[in-house]
Amino acid sequence: MTNVLELHGITKRFPGVLANDQICITLREGKILALLGENGAGKSTLMNILYGLYKPDEGKIMVRGKEVDIQGPNDAIAQGIGMVHQHFMLVPVMTVTENVMLGIEPTHNGIFLDKAKVSKRIREISDQYGLEVDPNAYIKDLPVGIQQRVEIIKVLYRHADILILDEPTAVLTPQEVEGLFKIIDTLIKSGKSIIFITHKLKEVLAVADDITVLRLGKVVGSIDPKEASSEILATMMVGRDVNLVVQKEPANPAGAVLVVEDLYVRDERQHMTVQGVSFDVRKGEVLGIAGVQGNGQTELVYALTGLLPTDAGSIQLLGESIRHASPRKILERGVAHIPEDRQRHGLILSFPIHDNMMLCTYYKQPFARGISLQPAPIFSNADELVKQYDVRTPNIYVNAGTLSGGNQQKVIVAREFSRPIELLIASQPTRGLDVGSIEYIHKQIIKKRDEGCGVLVVSSELDEILALSDRIAVMYKGQIMAIVDANTATKEQLGMLMAGVLPSETSNKN
Amino acid sequence: MTTTATPAPDAGKKENKSSALSQELLIPVLAVLTGLILGALVILASGENPLRAYGALFAGSFGTPGDLIEGIQSYFATGETRLLLRAIYPFTESLVTATPYIFAGLSVALGFRCGLFNIGAEGQFFIGALCSAFVGYSLSGLPMIIHLPLAILGGALGGAVWGMIPGYLKARFGAHEVVNTIMMNWIAFRLSDWLLSGPMKSSGFRPVTQNVLATAELPRFFPEPLRFNLGFFIALLVAYLVYWFLFKTTLGFEIRSVGANPDAAKYAGMNIIRNFVLVMFLAGGLAGLAGSAQVLGVDHWVGQGFSAGYGFDAIAIALLGKSHPAGVVLAALLFGFLRSGATDMQSIARIPIDIISIIQGVVIVFIAAPDIIRWLYRIRAKKAEDTVLTRGWGK
Repeated sequence: MTNVLELHGITKRFPGVLANDQICITLREGKILALLGENGAGKSTLMNILYGLYKPDEGKIMVRGKEVDIQGPNDAIAQGIGMVHQHFMLVPVMTVTENVMLGIEPTHNGIFLDKAKVSKRIREISDQYGLEVDPNAYIKDLPVGIQQRVEIIKVLYRHADILILDEPTAVLTPQEVEGLFKIIDTLIKSGKSIIFITHKLKEVLAVADDITVLRLGKVVGSIDPKEASSEILATMMVGRDVNLVVQKEPANPAGAVLVVEDLYVRDERQHMTVQGVSFDVRKGEVLGIAGVQGNGQTELVYALTGLLPTDAGSIQLLGESIRHASPRKILERGVAHIPEDRQRHGLILSFPIHDNMMLCTYYKQPFARGISLQPAPIFSNADELVKQYDVRTPNIYVNAGTLSGGNQQKVIVAREFSRPIELLIASQPTRGLDVGSIEYIHKQIIKKRDEGCGVLVVSSELDEILALSDRIAVMYKGQIMAIVDANTATKEQLGMLMAGVLPSETSNKN
Repeated sequence: MTTTATPAPDAGKKENKSSALSQELLIPVLAVLTGLILGALVILASGENPLRAYGALFAGSFGTPGDLIEGIQSYFATGETRLLLRAIYPFTESLVTATPYIFAGLSVALGFRCGLFNIGAEGQFFIGALCSAFVGYSLSGLPMIIHLPLAILGGALGGAVWGMIPGYLKARFGAHEVVNTIMMNWIAFRLSDWLLSGPMKSSGFRPVTQNVLATAELPRFFPEPLRFNLGFFIALLVAYLVYWFLFKTTLGFEIRSVGANPDAAKYAGMNIIRNFVLVMFLAGGLAGLAGSAQVLGVDHWVGQGFSAGYGFDAIAIALLGKSHPAGVVLAALLFGFLRSGATDMQSIARIPIDIISIIQGVVIVFIAAPDIIRWLYRIRAKKAEDTVLTRGWGK
């Protein structure tokens, strides 16, 4: 067995940070190496070095036993190294063919694009690796899973035999993940080697041949997946024992905090995306809203928090209608909102942490007297919250944009939990976060529930819904398919509901 | 990540602030420097001596040390102030030129802070000037202590209303402020043409207003021909007030939040639309004050083509000053010195005054595209992730 790729003693320093410290990894030919680590562990830096986007301060890269000097992506491609980025690098208004040929456009007579030739190659690649895709389809019309295939085709089109997949499952539905694993399998069978970057433990155990774990820029160790378990990997990744199961007592639900009846909401493009939704959230319970992304959950949450107007129906918070209330009014009545897109709604990235910590309460005592902001309480508030919620930052004066995703989310959680609340609305609360942060945020949400707060959790991660919820509502095409008890719900049952199949229909088929 | 010793609570802040400050200043300063160097090359290319040109520019904007020494000597020897006044004349004239720039620059900067592009400062300047002039010449019999503030307030209010109209149109109908402030400019120009040739025209032949009454004039500190007046210090005071308002009040916090991330501002319960109207009102008022200061402090009347494009230069000043009141003051001073010195450069060194426009234009290009400056001087970008293409200067 030969090693197609070896990295020896790679070190990369950024001002004030040792991003990679003497990292050595080995990729065997025709195998899958999983590179596991929390956000900020140095995975992306390492891969950017391999892809020529960064220059290492020390260390060498060996491809098929020969030392190579990679100055940029073109050198990497010449060495047969291809990268599938987490955030796709596709032009939405162009077709699959146009995207694939972008940058290496073949022509006839020097000026006319030879799309037919590219389409033919794409079909060949599709057939060979089971990457079904229509070369003439526009990217914007394709689901995320298919867009990812296009990215993989782009890499294969450039004759890569070492593929780097950066967090490939982060944006996929469970079914799409299955599809991706099949593709990976085909790629391996035809002799490709793959580096699979992730922080999801189950995926690693499912696909990897070798596992290397990074923490704080160093290799913690390598382990054979046969000997590994989720617990072992989590401990290696985080550096301490991690509770993968959310510890919680049975809920003690009391009266309803939030009652939603027959609610209709249009999205920003005037499509009716919430169509007659009714549910309630009671004190001291977590209602989870499951569903594949884009089935109206986002708009539902925006409507509940006053960010989108509603078309019809009613929203009652503790018996008072908030259907026409402004975001400020809703906020002041005790609704906390952990928004789905933390960088769009949750934070002002160009503002320091201390300002973000008072973003919703800046006009109140003690942060303001009249219109005059009071620096002392603003700073001490931020200092306390940073300590209490373990936000990893050099100080409270740096901009929120400099924090890692997990720490940004902690800032939001800290801010929202620091005022008296009756209802917590958490939308995709742990998206893109590492194991340590997920554990922490889940604990905080359950703590709020136990304090008697009503909690509405919206997530497209079924595991998260199952871990947190006391009751689960499944949304499909703007409607709630069913509300089930979390104790008796199964993944299969929820999966069917998420696909729009009602239990009665399944039994009819049987 | 973990800090071993906890430093004094403010240590991080100070460290942060000073490094941020030098970062903020670095690009503008280098941009101005590079602009001057390029200007020198242009002068050289046109067959003139750049040193002579810049010498004249400097003398025209600051005066010469020789004149100053001579002036002081003559003052102490004879008590005669004529030479001394002549020596400080260029410097004070520069400050006079900078005064409307400060107000108008603050106007555009305030808009930028809220994510609004106020191209209407020029129109607001005109309306402010006309309102101040009207109050200044039409109300007689008032003591200065009442008349002057009224005249200033009139100008501010006129500009504010002129600015608020596009603000309201944006808030109510979603009409873009860039389009509407430009339209309001043209309305202001034609309106002033009409007013100056009709209702507000003085008795003479020229389309100008009457002179404002002495009780509405901003006091001057020196005898004629020095026009240096209280307006400059009011401008500095207003710059401080804008700073305080933006960074030390809840209203300013809202404005900056709306400008930095309107989605997050809405999430936090801020009323974005109200902020748009408020900011356009205040920005209009500041531009109106620019007109006010020019009428009451310098010209004492308004005529056609009254503004030397202050409202448009203000955009460049706000950009150069990074929309920070202190930066705006510095940028306005720079523009004041350049503009004021250019006249001397033209008459003494025979370098066309337009060279100043070239320098200003180049500086603005560099401010708008700071990567050119970073590339020229091999400065690494702020974020570590951006260091890919730039080399050197790293730790």
